Amino acid sequence: MRFMIVIKANKESEAGIMPSQALLEEMGKYNEELVKAGVMLAGDGLHASSKGARVRFSGGKATVIDGPFAETKELIAGYWLWQVKSKEEAIEWLKRGPWATGSEEAAKLERRLGPFEIEIRQVIEADDLGDAYTPELREQDQRLRAQAAAKA
Amino acid sequence: MGVAEELAQDALVAALEQWPVSGIPAKPGAWLMGTAKHRAIDLLRRRKRLERKQEQLGHELLVSQQETAEKEFDAAMEDEMGDDLLRLIFVACHPVLSKDARVALTLRLLGGLTTEEIARAFLVPEPTIAQRIVRAKRTLAEAHVPFEVPRGAELAARLSSVLEVVYLIFNEGYSATAGDDWLRPELCEDALRLGRILAELVPTEPEVHGLVALMEIQASRLRARLGPSGEPVLLLDQDRGRWDQLLIHRGLKALERAEKLGGALGRYTVQAAIAACHARAGTPEETDWPGIAALYDALAQLAPSPVVDLNRAVALGMAFGPAAGLELADTLTSEPSLQNYAFLPSVRGDLLAKLGRLDEAQAEFARAASLTRNARQRKLLLERAAACKQGDLVPQQD
Repeated sequence: MRFMIVIKANKESEAGIMPSQALLEEMGKYNEELVKAGVMLAGDGLHASSKGARVRFSGGKATVIDGPFAETKELIAGYWLWQVKSKEEAIEWLKRGPWATGSEEAAKLERRLGPFEIEIRQVIEADDLGDAYTPELREQDQRLRAQAAAKA
Repeated sequence: MGVAEELAQDALVAALEQWPVSGIPAKPGAWLMGTAKHRAIDLLRRRKRLERKQEQLGHELLVSQQETAEKEFDAAMEDEMGDDLLRLIFVACHPVLSKDARVALTLRLLGGLTTEEIARAFLVPEPTIAQRIVRAKRTLAEAHVPFEVPRGAELAARLSSVLEVVYLIFNEGYSATAGDDWLRPELCEDALRLGRILAELVPTEPEVHGLVALMEIQASRLRARLGPSGEPVLLLDQDRGRWDQLLIHRGLKALERAEKLGGALGRYTVQAAIAACHARAGTPEETDWPGIAALYDALAQLAPSPVVDLNRAVALGMAFGPAAGLELADTLTSEPSLQNYAFLPSVRGDLLAKLGRLDEAQAEFARAASLTRNARQRKLLLERAAACKQGDLVPQQD
């Protein structure tokens, strides 16, 4: 099963301050470990919300709201996509991250910004779709397949 | 060296003994090293006690020495962890074991599956799998298989045995040779993960990346392979919007890695290149069929087999018309190993239908339906046979 590991934003990430060289090196080592264990599929850090925007849809009309956004703790600063056997394994791997293994850099970060949370969310796979795969979708699917068959 | 090897052997034996009882830990490599470490520390302590008696060393000095020794050992073991996992893979896939035993042992030791899960996945009774694993362990012990990564010329042969097992596991999940469905996607995930781990452990072997590329690209289609009521959807009929672009991207990257390492392309890399031709096509019409036919030609020389020829016939049919495909497919009908292979009549049925020879096509589809072990495939084939009877031309291709 796949999980998305969501790193929340903080004051510094929102201010556009990049992680220190030392922290980047520690993260690099951790990422390497994740890749070697066949866990890491993808992952990226995100720029501050000031570089982003929200698009609100209402009554078919789109309104663009430019960043930054206020609720720092609810914002996302980065993500990983992991392949693991269970949620427990994902938690185990998180516990091996630099923030949990006595890293000086992570400790400094915590002293400046306080405790932080990392969120683990399971990715929906095709098998989980169940009833959400509605008759309309099914019909569309069959139509597409019929078209493909006619063209072949 | 002798002590380290002895310790690793000890840990392997402990693992082989204990895992069936206590269940496999989430990270077998780490667990294995944990065990070896504990034993090494025991050994160091025993030695230290002996030294204390002999040399009457001061207590403080002893403790600090012992701590240093433990720390050094920890550091050495961290480096060795990957190697150890690799050794375990090579032992589990050792050629002294039968293919079935290698698959069972690999899933048990490295995939973290229980005997019951393996039995369920392969549709055999649980005691059969349990026995297979017990016998495999005995065989390994009796043959005095060393707990090591083979070197030089032996590496190539042993690696191909490892890759074969990983791909077998993947395929069991992917093509479901028997029964309905369930637990199959998990086998694919296990095989993929093993492949990805291997690619990092032996990064200079092109075929490892070739196999990973092949599995990533094939797995990218898992979501699109089943229709709403669980019936199989053939490659050209799949909704490409449901293909997993992340896996395709990873697959193409792995293929690039394999090709960059140079040398003649191996069988997995060629198969990955074929899968990549499909993955790169936005619509079925954009498929580079002449390219695929050429790659099958290369594959037929690398790993000659009637099944490869059959696939080549499909590609030829798509590239140069059904008559060209049928010409090759017809030469395979007398092939003994394909006598009970459902794919042959199903391909011939398809080519015949395209040529408008519906009566012959219907007979071939009916024959294919009678041969397949997969309930859902059978349903699809019977539908196509019925369509031929009604005179509907429903060309499909895998």
